[in-house]
Amino acid sequence: MALAFDTGLALLVLVLAAWTIWVQDTFSAVLAFVVLGLLVALIWVRLQSVDVALTEAAIGSGVTGALLLTAAAFLRPTERAVAPLGAAWCTAAGSLSAIITVGLGAIALLLPDPAPTLAPLAVASLPQSGLGNPVTGVLFVYRALDTLLEKVVLVLALVGVWSLAADHVWGGIPALRPATRPDSTLTFLAQLLPPVGLMLGIYMCWTGADHPGGAFQGGALLTAMWLLVMLAGVRAAPATGLLSLRLLLIVGPTIFLVIGLAGFALAGAFLAYPAGYAKALIIVAEAALTLSIGVTLGLLAVGPAERARNS
Amino acid sequence: MTHVLDLLTIVGVSAGCFFFVAGTVGLLRFPDALTRMHALTKADNLGLGLIVLGLLPQAAGLGYALKLVAIWLLAQVSAAIASQLIAGAVLRQRSALWP
Repeated sequence: MALAFDTGLALLVLVLAAWTIWVQDTFSAVLAFVVLGLLVALIWVRLQSVDVALTEAAIGSGVTGALLLTAAAFLRPTERAVAPLGAAWCTAAGSLSAIITVGLGAIALLLPDPAPTLAPLAVASLPQSGLGNPVTGVLFVYRALDTLLEKVVLVLALVGVWSLAADHVWGGIPALRPATRPDSTLTFLAQLLPPVGLMLGIYMCWTGADHPGGAFQGGALLTAMWLLVMLAGVRAAPATGLLSLRLLLIVGPTIFLVIGLAGFALAGAFLAYPAGYAKALIIVAEAALTLSIGVTLGLLAVGPAERARNS
Repeated sequence: MTHVLDLLTIVGVSAGCFFFVAGTVGLLRFPDALTRMHALTKADNLGLGLIVLGLLPQAAGLGYALKLVAIWLLAQVSAAIASQLIAGAVLRQRSALWP
């Protein structure tokens, strides 16, 4: 029974992936991609990687889907005018993709059995940190530097998006406009859902220490609620030049960095935690990161400034 | 007692699946967006509701049961509002085509 379900799921994912490539309309392709992400999240659940499943659903499907939908909406007026690529380009792109697919497949199939793993080692040393979730252990203890850089990259990506704004509107208000009239049912949802969503986001961050969840999943929920409020027109998108907004963007990476630097003095290495305080410090870093991730992802979705602040 | 609870689960989840199948058939066969949405709401509300109802006896505690009900309620709210928005878009498109 489980095998039949898994086979069906895998086939569905393959068909949907093919459909994402085949379908001509960008908007349909994006919708198919969002559904694909949700199905892939189901696969991660079947592989008992709930942390990855949550991230795939929240980031891979949700936030990326929102970004792609915005891009598709911008491209819509000019889409028909774009000439299709020549046969040579299509063949080249197709061949490259095929080589990567075959390569990845070969690597997965040629792994020795049992595959090399550090999992037992990671779980064995986990109690020293006071954490219960090995994924959070990897992210904030064993590979904390990767996590720190990942958060910094996110802010850099936002700088990249912002730099698309014209000079005279720098620091101005993003292009996002309310999607509906102020009295629609979306307004009702934007007033009803945020308290629930914010609580879920905080819970997701808090529970990440011991159960699946964490800063990225919690932050994505905060983003979703903020986008909902902005799209419904309950609150306008903020000017990108606001000092308070910029402080929110960097508070997470900064606190994480300060904790990392304090590791030199207190524990003898960068990003090392003093004995007994690991869990508390990680939760402080995660809380600040959740806030920063939420704001960063939201601002990525609303795009660069389009009009000046005082207009 | 556990047999009775298991039976409740089997009946509830099966009935829920029936509404999901019916909703999917409607989605594929009905002629336009509004009727298709009508079919989908049956799957969303009744189908999911029956599945949650069927799973309640299997919940490991009150917390889990409340989480299941919360999932159903949130899905209800989002489905109801999403279909309102889609229906609104359909109506606006129609009035643009046939003024």
